[in-house]
Amino acid sequence: MRWRKHTNQITGFLVVLPSIVLVAVFVYGFIGRALWASLTDWGKDPSQALALNPVTRFIGLQNYRELFTGFIDGRFRQDMVSTVFFTVFFLAGCLLFGLLLAILIDHKPRGEALFRGVFLFPFALSFVVTGTIWRWLLQPGGGVNQLPTLVGLRPATFEWLTSRQQVWRFDWNDLPVIIGLLAAATLAAVAVVARRAGRRRRAIGFALGSAAVLGLAVGVAPGWRPLPFPELHGFNLAFIGIVVAAVWQMAGYTMALYLAGLTGIPEELREAAVVEGANEWQLYTRIILPLMAPITLSAMIVLGHISLKIFDLVFAMAGPDNAWTDVPALLMFITTFRGNQFAKGAAIGVILLVLVAMIIVPYLRSQLRKGVRE
Amino acid sequence: MSASRTRGRWRWLMYVVLCLAASFFLMPVYMMVVTALKDPAEISLDTAWQLPSVWNWASFADAWQAFLPKLRNSLILTVTASATSAMLGSLNGYVFAKWPFPGAKIVFALILFGMFIPYQAILIPLFGFIRAIGLYGTIWGLVVVHTVYGLPITTLIFRNYYTEIPDSLIEASALEGAGFFAIYRHVVFPLSLPGFVVVVIWQFTQIWNEFLFAVSLSNPASQPITVALAQLAGGEAVRWNLPMAGALLAALPTLLVYVVFGRYFVRGLLAGSVKG
Repeated sequence: MRWRKHTNQITGFLVVLPSIVLVAVFVYGFIGRALWASLTDWGKDPSQALALNPVTRFIGLQNYRELFTGFIDGRFRQDMVSTVFFTVFFLAGCLLFGLLLAILIDHKPRGEALFRGVFLFPFALSFVVTGTIWRWLLQPGGGVNQLPTLVGLRPATFEWLTSRQQVWRFDWNDLPVIIGLLAAATLAAVAVVARRAGRRRRAIGFALGSAAVLGLAVGVAPGWRPLPFPELHGFNLAFIGIVVAAVWQMAGYTMALYLAGLTGIPEELREAAVVEGANEWQLYTRIILPLMAPITLSAMIVLGHISLKIFDLVFAMAGPDNAWTDVPALLMFITTFRGNQFAKGAAIGVILLVLVAMIIVPYLRSQLRKGVRE
Repeated sequence: MSASRTRGRWRWLMYVVLCLAASFFLMPVYMMVVTALKDPAEISLDTAWQLPSVWNWASFADAWQAFLPKLRNSLILTVTASATSAMLGSLNGYVFAKWPFPGAKIVFALILFGMFIPYQAILIPLFGFIRAIGLYGTIWGLVVVHTVYGLPITTLIFRNYYTEIPDSLIEASALEGAGFFAIYRHVVFPLSLPGFVVVVIWQFTQIWNEFLFAVSLSNPASQPITVALAQLAGGEAVRWNLPMAGALLAALPTLLVYVVFGRYFVRGLLAGSVKG
C-alpha cells in the first residue's frame, strides 16, 4: 500500500509539474528579469528603444537612486505619497462602511437579500466600468455637483478629478525623520500591547527598539537630506473622487467578509451577553468586534494590496495623463510604454512588488501555518 | 431570534440608513441608464439627473455595433482562459489536497504568491516573451497570460474544496485498485461540480474585467471590451450617451453571472482572501 501511495505521489508531482514550471517562469523568472532590467540603462539611450535586441549596460542602483532622490523624478515621489494617502482613506472607507453595512444586514431587515445584493453588485463590475460611470458623475459642472440643486441649494463647484489643491504638505527631505518617528511610535505601541498582555521581555525589547529608532530619527535622520532642494508633497484633493469610487466598488466586498464572520458567531454567545445585561452597543464593542479582528486584518491586507496596485480605476476615471491623480502603477505603464524608459519602468514595478510583498508574505505565512494547525 | 437583535424603537433608523446606503450604490446605475437613454443633444451637465424627454434607444444599437468585435474578443478570451485555468486548477488542487509530495506545502505557498504580485513587476519581461513567441496583439497571447496567472487562485479554491472530501473515500477506492487518474475520474471529479462553478464564475469575472494585460498586450483588432471602453470614454469631448451604453454592455455579462450565481460568487470572493 505504501508503495502504491508513493507512485501516486510521483504521478501527482508530474501532474502539477507543468503548473510549477509555468509559475516558476511567469512569476519568479519574470520577476528576476525585471529586477535585472531595473539595474541597467535600458531606455536611457533612444536607440535602445527601437532595437529588437537592445544592448544594455549594468548601472547598479542608479534608477532607484534617481527615483527617490533624482531631480527629474519628482512625479514618482508624489505618486508614492499619493498611494499612501489613497490607501489610508480607501481602507478606512471600506472597513467602516463595510462593517456598518454588515451589522445592519446582520439585524435581518426585511428585504435582507435585496439589500445585500445591492451593496455587493459593484464588486462584479470592472474597475473600468466603475471608472467610466464615476468619471461622468464627477464632471465639475454636473453629476454629484448638481445633487444639491435637487433640494433647492446651489450646485457645488468642487473640481473632483482636476483640483490642484494639496493639503498636508511636507518636504520630501523630512521623510527620513517622519518615517523614523512613525516606526518608533509603532514599536512603542507594540511594546504597550505586549506589556498589557503580561509579556514583559517582549515589551522591554520593543520599548528599547522604539527608543533606539527614536534616537536615530531625532539624532541622525535630520542630517540626511535626500534632495539638494526642498520638494513639497502632500495629499492631492483630486484623489477624493477616486477614493469615493473605489469605496463604492469595494465596500460591499468588505461587508461580505464581515458577514461571513458575523454569521459564524454562535447565537448562544449573543444571548448569553444579553442575559448578562449587555446592551446592543456593549454587545458589539465588547464581544462581536474583538471577534472580528482576524477578518479586519484579512480585509486590510487584501484591500491594501489592491490599493497599492490600483491602476485601471484611475486610468478610466482620470486618464493616464492627469498628474493630479497619478499613482506608481500608472506611472510604470506610462514610463514603459509611452516613454520607452524600460529600466526605470521595471524599477517602479519592482518597488511596487516590494511594497506588496511586505504585507502579503507575512500574511501568507500566517494563513498557511493556521491551515496546518487546523 | 430576530427579536433579541433589534429594538423596535430604533428599527426605523436602520431602514433609513439602509435606504441611504442603497441609494448611494444605485445612484451611478441610475445615471448610467438615464444618460444612455438620452438623445446626445439633450445631454447637458446641469440637467444630468433628469429623465430623458424622449427615450432614445439608438445609443445601445450604436454601442452594440461599435463594441461587437470587442465583446467577441472578450468572450473568446474569457471562456477559453477560464476553462483551461479551472481544469488545471482542479488537477493541481487534487494533488495538493490528496497526494501531497514532499515539499508540496512550500511549493503551494510559492504558487499562491503569484496571485498577489502587482503585475507591473513582471509586465516588461512578459511583454517581451509574448512578443517573442509571436502572440503579441492576439487573443491567444492574453489566453496564455490569464491561464497562467489564474493558476494560483484556481489551485487554491480546488485544494480547499477537495480537502473536504474524506480521505477514507479515496483510500477505499485505492484499495479496490484504482490508480491516481481513476480515482480522480470516478471519485473526485464527479463531486467537483460546485467547485467548478465557483472557480469558473470567479475566473470569468476576473478575466472579463481585467485591464492591465489587455491594454498592454492587445492591438485594436484583438482588444477586449475593457480597453475599448476606456478608450471611448477617455477621448476628448465625449458624447456621454455612448460610453454609458457601452459601460452597460460591458457590465452585463458579469452582472448576469452575479445575479444568477450569487451564492457561488460570494464563495469565490471569500476564497480570494486565502482562508483555508
